[in-house]
Amino acid sequence: MKFNSVFDIIGPTMVGPSSSHTAGAARIGLVTRYLLNEEPTWAKIYLYESFAKTYKGHGTDFALVGGLLGYETNDERMRLSLEEANHKGIDIQFVEENGSVDHPNTARIHAGTGQTEIEVVGQSIGGGKIEVVELNGFRLRLSGNHPALLIMHNDRHGTIASVTDILAKHKLNIGHMEVNRKDVGQEALMVIEVDGNASQTVIDEIKEAAHVLKVAKIDG
Amino acid sequence: MIFRTVEQLVELAEKHQIPISEVMIRQEMETTERSREEIMAQMDDNLKVMEEAIEKALEGVTSVTGLTGGDAVLVQEYMKHHETLSGPILLDAVSKAMGTNEVNAAMGIICATPTAGSAGCVPGVLFSVKDKLKASREDMLRFLFTTGAFGMVVANNAFISGATGGCQAEVGSAGAMAAAALVEMAGGTPQQSSHAFAMTLKNMLGLVCDPVAGLVEVPCVKRNAGGSTLAIMSADLALAGVESRIPCDEVIGAMYKIGQTMPSALRETGEGGLADTPTGRFMREKLFGMTS
Repeated sequence: MKFNSVFDIIGPTMVGPSSSHTAGAARIGLVTRYLLNEEPTWAKIYLYESFAKTYKGHGTDFALVGGLLGYETNDERMRLSLEEANHKGIDIQFVEENGSVDHPNTARIHAGTGQTEIEVVGQSIGGGKIEVVELNGFRLRLSGNHPALLIMHNDRHGTIASVTDILAKHKLNIGHMEVNRKDVGQEALMVIEVDGNASQTVIDEIKEAAHVLKVAKIDG
Repeated sequence: MIFRTVEQLVELAEKHQIPISEVMIRQEMETTERSREEIMAQMDDNLKVMEEAIEKALEGVTSVTGLTGGDAVLVQEYMKHHETLSGPILLDAVSKAMGTNEVNAAMGIICATPTAGSAGCVPGVLFSVKDKLKASREDMLRFLFTTGAFGMVVANNAFISGATGGCQAEVGSAGAMAAAALVEMAGGTPQQSSHAFAMTLKNMLGLVCDPVAGLVEVPCVKRNAGGSTLAIMSADLALAGVESRIPCDEVIGAMYKIGQTMPSALRETGEGGLADTPTGRFMREKLFGMTS
């Protein structure tokens, strides 16, 4: 079931006008910011189908940028996010794409700072709920509603076990997990949705595990 | 206490001799491992947002584009000074439903129920009947849990967004959710709630999402008036003992199939329907200087 909580239906509280195009868009921006782990200095945002056709009227543009700035869906600063980004000197570009995608409300955000960058594809699936379906070229499914760990690692035996051992030791229950790799023995991505927020100790221990390259967390 | 269909939801309520709202509260406690108090408090925060949005609407708002706003106030004034045709409860619901969506269009803060475009139906109906039904704060929260229970079934078995299923998925679901909750608040049975839900959604089947200039304004504000009207009508029908001949889950299934065959122009792209009328195109051009 994609919608597990009554608050997926009654909620979120949000700045209007559209739960899919405004609140969901803000959440896609927010997840991107979490994954980048800091405020981007630039972002190139690709919009598809309904997002591409109606983003100006629905405020999808200021919502995506509001999310990148760290605003929650009910933050009244949302409507001034484009000015704020401009004021902070963040370079934002919007690209309307013609291609067809799996879901009509899809955005691809390529964002970064001088040192690091990230590419996230998010779908706004209704009522403000989102799914992240791609990260740096890896297919995945992440609701953004549960705390999650994203672990880039090398595809070597034992890596998954060492990560889940650390979670077990800290009594963190796994709700959903998937592993993707570019090819045998190549770079891989582990996505783990957990029932509670992982502490910095957990993150540090995972970072120390063999073959782990990078760890990002999204708190619930 | 996990339900996937309306049939299961009604069965659970009947088996445990509890209202649908209680099934929802218990399921939420189970799946999120949170206490009743926490869950009730979160819902109360949502209720406050709905209340404040209605208050704001009744002071009068205008959207950024100027396309919508002020109709909620017009209706309230009309009610004050005239003997109305459809009666005070219905018009109060209509006014508060439209008002909530006017606030939404004006980029105010609302609570999505289940979406922003359809955010008027649930609070509109709730705030129009609460005095007549002498609803306590807890009753009002329960109303929202019941709407949420039905909404979850729709969201997991069909869709709730206009971009995927048209307006039938948004205002259709919202009105039907409100109808089901109203039956519970008025003392009806879980089974009657499911009939009220089915009868509202049946009357919304096929409704397209055709916002002028792609904005959640025209016709969204007035569709919420329609959704809340159907909700009250269907609740009364169900309480009178009228039953939907097609079971609730099958109506949801029909809505899903209809949505899947709806062309993209009629699913929140702002390309078809009312958006593609001479006036709709004129408004779009005036606002964005674009021709569709």
